[in-house]
Amino acid sequence: MGAVQLGFSGGEPLLRRDLEDLVAEARHLGYYTNLITSAAGLGEPRLKALKEAGLDHIQISFQAGSQALNDFMAGTRIFEHKLAAARLVKQYGYDIVLNFVVYRDNIDQIGQMLDMAGEVGADYVELANVQYYGWALLNRDRLLPTREQLSRAEAIAHQYQERWKGRMRILYVIPDYYEERPKACMSGWGSIFLTVAPDGVALPCQAARQLPGIEFPNVRDHSVEWIWNESPAFNKFRGFDWMKEPCRSCPDRFKDYGGCRCQAYMLTGDAGNTDPVCSLSPRHDVILSAISSANAAAERGNGAREPGQGEGPIFRNVRNSSKLSA
Amino acid sequence: MAVFDPDTILAISNKFRLQWEAAQQAYVLLYAEGMIKLNVSAGEVLKRLDGQRTLAAVIEDLQRQFPNAALEDDVREFVNIAHDHGWIIVKQPT
Repeated sequence: MGAVQLGFSGGEPLLRRDLEDLVAEARHLGYYTNLITSAAGLGEPRLKALKEAGLDHIQISFQAGSQALNDFMAGTRIFEHKLAAARLVKQYGYDIVLNFVVYRDNIDQIGQMLDMAGEVGADYVELANVQYYGWALLNRDRLLPTREQLSRAEAIAHQYQERWKGRMRILYVIPDYYEERPKACMSGWGSIFLTVAPDGVALPCQAARQLPGIEFPNVRDHSVEWIWNESPAFNKFRGFDWMKEPCRSCPDRFKDYGGCRCQAYMLTGDAGNTDPVCSLSPRHDVILSAISSANAAAERGNGAREPGQGEGPIFRNVRNSSKLSA
Repeated sequence: MAVFDPDTILAISNKFRLQWEAAQQAYVLLYAEGMIKLNVSAGEVLKRLDGQRTLAAVIEDLQRQFPNAALEDDVREFVNIAHDHGWIIVKQPT
């Protein structure tokens, strides 16, 4: 079918003992292979084995630029290990590619993040604001930065982009809640991405499973070709015919594909609606009230700068998981 | 823009992987989350930049395969562009 990219993402792909086998087979099939990891469990033996299996590219994710906040959000003492892993990756001939997830508590530290990235000799740094799905949606009041924080952070990111031109590339992604138009989620449903979950279910994006009324096919039961071309799930929001107004007649539909189906579902109750991030959406009010609610929370001080201050985030752990699913 | 000596040895950068893609019927350069589809002549040049042969040898080889084209200038121009894009690197003599 001509697919050339294969990403191993998670969760944490290193938890799979057979990751090396998967990488080797992917490479054998001609894929360019990319590992997106927290670096937990990425020591030298594992890295060497992955290199030998033919792994092409590694991205390491961080929760913050300081040990204290990173380890608080990650729930484990891992910051120093991540730094060591980044240096090791370089020794094995890979670029150092770091992803920082950005939210209210750490957005004021992005200068520190970029300094740290510079110190380990990173080649590419992505500062991506949290996207509000799953656990992040639950914690949105606690995580969404204020508009003032965003403009400060953007200015800092631009300074560093100038300073390190030609040495380190920096990508800064703002939260879509503050955009006028939605993100071109997955470059459109069933357009270029196919995600296979560990149980074999094929999804147009990692979050799509939450959408009701869609039966997602399993690669154990169907060929990938059928799944991609024929399955009702992958055709559900493909192209433009499914759209309602205001997307249906909007010139921007070719750019943003109506935004994100999951976000439309989570925030408006219908996955076929315009992503409410769009200022043209009749439900854009839900975004505006989320922003003011989060800004109010920030003013009450629960966007504390130091870990452990203010209302704590609701962490993903066994206790909270069972409470939610009860 | 770099101008390379005939005895320069060039190789594909380790940020890219050159590969024949049957589905595209073309050589492609793969990189993280992306792909550059090469036209026929770009593919013919890049697949010869193996980190072993000199630029002069590569041009000679191409000239042998395509005897009716005066291609030296075009190859040199393309190699410069490819180098500017970071697709290829100068291999340091070891």
